[in-house]
Amino acid sequence: MIDRDPSPVPPVAEVDPGRALVVELADVSRVHVEGTQAVHALKEISLNVWAGELIAVMGPSGSGKSTLLNIAGGLDRAASGHVRVEGELLDRLPPSRLAALRRKRVGYVFQDLNLIPSLTAVENVMLPRELDGVRTAKARQEALAVLDEIGLADLAGRFPDELSGGQRQRVAIARALVGERRLILADEPTGALDTATGDDILRLLRARADAGAAVLLVTHEPRYAGWADRVVFLRDGQIVDSATAGLVSAR
Amino acid sequence: MSIRHGLLALLSQGSRHGYQLRAEFEASTGATWPLNIGQVYTTLSRMERDGLVAPGEQDEQGRIAYSITQDGRAEVDRWFVTPITQTERPRDELAIKLAMAVTAPGVDVTQVVQAQRTATMRTLQDLTRVKRGLDPPLDTAQTLILDSKIFQAEAELRWLDHCEAVLSRRSLQHPQEQQ
Repeated sequence: MIDRDPSPVPPVAEVDPGRALVVELADVSRVHVEGTQAVHALKEISLNVWAGELIAVMGPSGSGKSTLLNIAGGLDRAASGHVRVEGELLDRLPPSRLAALRRKRVGYVFQDLNLIPSLTAVENVMLPRELDGVRTAKARQEALAVLDEIGLADLAGRFPDELSGGQRQRVAIARALVGERRLILADEPTGALDTATGDDILRLLRARADAGAAVLLVTHEPRYAGWADRVVFLRDGQIVDSATAGLVSAR
Repeated sequence: MSIRHGLLALLSQGSRHGYQLRAEFEASTGATWPLNIGQVYTTLSRMERDGLVAPGEQDEQGRIAYSITQDGRAEVDRWFVTPITQTERPRDELAIKLAMAVTAPGVDVTQVVQAQRTATMRTLQDLTRVKRGLDPPLDTAQTLILDSKIFQAEAELRWLDHCEAVLSRRSLQHPQEQQ
């Protein structure tokens, strides 16, 4: 039983009325076809994510959490409804432009972090920038700056198999952050990490949101969802409720 | 929470008057359990009656410092070495509420679970924010108290997920029980 006596809670950061809307999902539906059956993965979901916001998405498996994340980041397309990222409508964007938008504006962190084993930490972080056409020297400089920011500058020259699980995940996050991306999507980024390391990952994502990014986090761990400004509960492809930190509703 | 034992533990470090006790109690529990001064004096007078503390002289501001007696010391030592048993804890109102909700007709249990989940998540968000806001070097006592509440909120959320899973499995196995 939780003692619900009021604790001294610091006020929620003032909401800047001029802050930018980074992700806008309006009446988004998605249907997966499994054999002869149509499964409604998402049913007319509407969700806005603003700059500076960390939103956690929770729900039982199969509730549509990952689908929601993939659609918000342009990895999957909605069957109906509208998706905007930083004002740009993704619905009819040709694949090449969608891919460019994903690379430049969206950072992904997944549970299987897919660092390239033959590249060092800094080279892994540089990669998306080089794909964007940024010159190697500049990409390296940016990558080192991000690694420094997350406390991994000393390990920049190490290969993934020379790093611990927590360090590898932080490198993967650095790769998602490099190049000033405004939208960070994280699908179970704490995976099998221990609690203290998981807290470190959340501290990083939180800091990024506080610095102005929009962060969308899928997690099944209440502990990590606790870091969010807003927790959205999904069930059978629909948002059933949401919990907003503090007493003031964000929107 | 035993205010009596908390106050005795503070008095075992030296004599203190009521306001001092209240301030130190709140500081060491991270202001998680606010005490009013009336509770402090009531507890002190009961402990005086039971021979656990003894009042000293009144100072020039009219305050009385209490000190711990031999019996009081024995009591606080016993408290520290004795584990807390389940029966000493308050009854879990939420568990009782859910037990009633599944048996009472016409209650939307899913709704009860979700409303609690949202409320408990909000508590967890607030606790996390408080913990994030603590400046290092963290006060160990405060951190441990906060962690305790964070773990309790987590456990409650996990238990709610479990309740929901059990209920949905039951309704699949016994659809006739659905109204």
